Amino acid sequence: MDIKEAKDQKSKVKGSIDNRIGEVIKAGSAELTAQCYKLDEAPPLGCLVKTQGKPGDIYGVVYDVETQSLEPGRRVVARGEKLESKEEVFATNPQLSRLLATDFKVLVVGQAEGKSWHYYLPPRSASIHSFVYACRPEEVRGFTQSLDFLSLLVNARILVPVDEVVGSCLRYASLTHTDPHEFLIKAGKELARLLSNDINRLNSLLKRLR
Amino acid sequence: MTNQEEQNRLGVVVSGSLTRGVEVRLDGSVSVENMAVGRYVAIEGAQHRFFGMITDVSLETVDPNVAVTPPDVSDPFIAQVINGTTTYGKLEVLPMLTIGGDAASILEGPQPAKTVPVHFSVVKVASQRDVEVVFGAEDEKRFYVGTPLDMETKVCLDVAEFVKRSNGVFGKSGTGKTFLTRLLLVGLLQKNAAVSLVFDMHSEYGWEGKTEKGFKVKGLKQLFPSKVAIFTLDEESSKRRRVNTDVVVRIGYNEIEPEDVELLRQTLNLTEASVQTVYQLAREFGDSKWLETVLNLNEDEGKQLISRLNIHDSTYRNLRRGLENLRRFSFLVTHTRENSVQRILDYLDRGINVILEFGRFDDFAAYILVANLLSRRIYAKYRENAEREMGGEVAPARPLVITIEEAHRFLNPELSSHTIFGRIAREMRKYNVTLLIIDQRPSGIDAEVMSQLGTKITCLLDDERDLDSVLTGTSGKSELKSVLSKLETKQQALIFGHAVPMPVVIKTREYGSPESYKELGFLEAAELKKKTQQDMDDLFA
Repeated sequence: MDIKEAKDQKSKVKGSIDNRIGEVIKAGSAELTAQCYKLDEAPPLGCLVKTQGKPGDIYGVVYDVETQSLEPGRRVVARGEKLESKEEVFATNPQLSRLLATDFKVLVVGQAEGKSWHYYLPPRSASIHSFVYACRPEEVRGFTQSLDFLSLLVNARILVPVDEVVGSCLRYASLTHTDPHEFLIKAGKELARLLSNDINRLNSLLKRLR
Repeated sequence: MTNQEEQNRLGVVVSGSLTRGVEVRLDGSVSVENMAVGRYVAIEGAQHRFFGMITDVSLETVDPNVAVTPPDVSDPFIAQVINGTTTYGKLEVLPMLTIGGDAASILEGPQPAKTVPVHFSVVKVASQRDVEVVFGAEDEKRFYVGTPLDMETKVCLDVAEFVKRSNGVFGKSGTGKTFLTRLLLVGLLQKNAAVSLVFDMHSEYGWEGKTEKGFKVKGLKQLFPSKVAIFTLDEESSKRRRVNTDVVVRIGYNEIEPEDVELLRQTLNLTEASVQTVYQLAREFGDSKWLETVLNLNEDEGKQLISRLNIHDSTYRNLRRGLENLRRFSFLVTHTRENSVQRILDYLDRGINVILEFGRFDDFAAYILVANLLSRRIYAKYRENAEREMGGEVAPARPLVITIEEAHRFLNPELSSHTIFGRIAREMRKYNVTLLIIDQRPSGIDAEVMSQLGTKITCLLDDERDLDSVLTGTSGKSELKSVLSKLETKQQALIFGHAVPMPVVIKTREYGSPESYKELGFLEAAELKKKTQQDMDDLFA
């Protein structure tokens, strides 16, 4: 990325600095891994996040959050046996916040183009170290006006139970709509179409939407 | 799409064929419970607009497992979600007509559908306007018979087309055949399309009839006093009912021909041999004298006769016993001074409708005898007239519609080839005489006759054979069958055939209230007087 491009990107996402939550540390076409700037401050499961991409921002849904040691060979050990609280553990071991990191994984579900969205995988994946932002409620509302992203989500093959992610995502998105119930009904109907050949899965998924 | 249009949207066409009808997947917002067979829908095809009828409603699921492990519908959210997605309603729609399209087809009016709409054509509830385009508005040729289910639009019968062929009114007992027939007769009368001769077995068309609840309704004579004449076979019964009759019908023994007796074979319990004997006797004594002679034979004369003509004794006795039954009909007399057939013809020629009441003679023997005897002679006259007309001698006669009840007694496969009614039904309009058949057991009627009927109007029928017989030769038979067997027992009828552009289920027009009489053209005494005065003023102005 040349300097001019970087400046453009910066101006594009200007004003969303408050929502910046992390940085891409592993980029793929279908999923990303990002690291949080602050320990334990990952976006919730199912949250809609975005990062810079070409030509427009890449959107994704958080599906897994992990906090672990930065060094693979160095295990975290329990340190608070004689201490009162979790905070005291960090106060007495200030190095910990530097040795641990919170990562979250994101399923890519769409890309912006101008003022609209495409609900398919972007042609180019996000670049490493791109900033990741939590979407604002109005953006979530805009993105979820169409439920086409659900097909990418329900068909994803991930280690975490995908239906939990779908449920969380829709519950979270419904709160940004003026009529959450109506939104969930609409989403439920879309799921019923997508899962028409797997009624049991649909049943259990629908129970997660309430 | 406007809000109204969205409200009328039912779903989309998903599959089907012209013969079976198309399948329509209902939108989730439309409840199957609001659908009804017999209702009309409009289908917006790519090039044509189709007009069709709902013939079946069914419940479908996308996966058979849904039926095995039903979702938890006690949860309103889940119930709402799966409605219209996992589970949905399906309609079977029979496309009947195409409306519009290019300019030429708009001018030609609705045409029979020869193809089906493309996949996913939008299906809507037919609008009032669609129904009007299809069934036309009431005018001098069209008579308003009722309204489609759940609609206010009028369904009109093309009366001119109706009288060109023989027609039938069918339905189980108590489903409103008589009401419907009365209405049709009013229609024929009002539109002046034909003149009617009604063989009124139960005396309910002429002066007044009764509803099932016991209310009296006006008969044709009360509504159109100047256009209807009541003939009676039983003067006393008419007097008791305070009916002003125009003519008392008497039939002479000399008028009864061997064919008449042949028709009565079952009713009089005659053997085949007895019937053959009748022909033998007629040859011996002459067509006009045989009955009187045979009835007046004493025992000795009888014995001489049978030995002379070589008739078997038991046959003779069977015949005598049967013929003796005729004596109880007081309308049968040895000789009549006046010719009843001619009287009827005179009235019919003047455009006056004739209703023949049977009074107490409402059994089949009298009915078959009289109806057949009179019709045969009347038909002969019409035939003669039609032949003269071909020769350019006379003007064409006014079309005549003969109404007969219990038609299966005349038109069963055994008799239909012998009775005049069988011939009228088959030869149709050649001689300007057609039938209006009223029956509760259409399966008893000869299939050949049924197939010649132009327009069939049927109230509820539920016997499989009756349904089959009524719908023989109709396209979309099995679909119509489901509609027909689901009709309500009252005031509903399915009309199909020549006089309507497509099969239609109607809620029969109201008959019996003062308003309904007024709509049908009845004038109260005061109004009548006023109108007469007005006419006189106009005449001499």
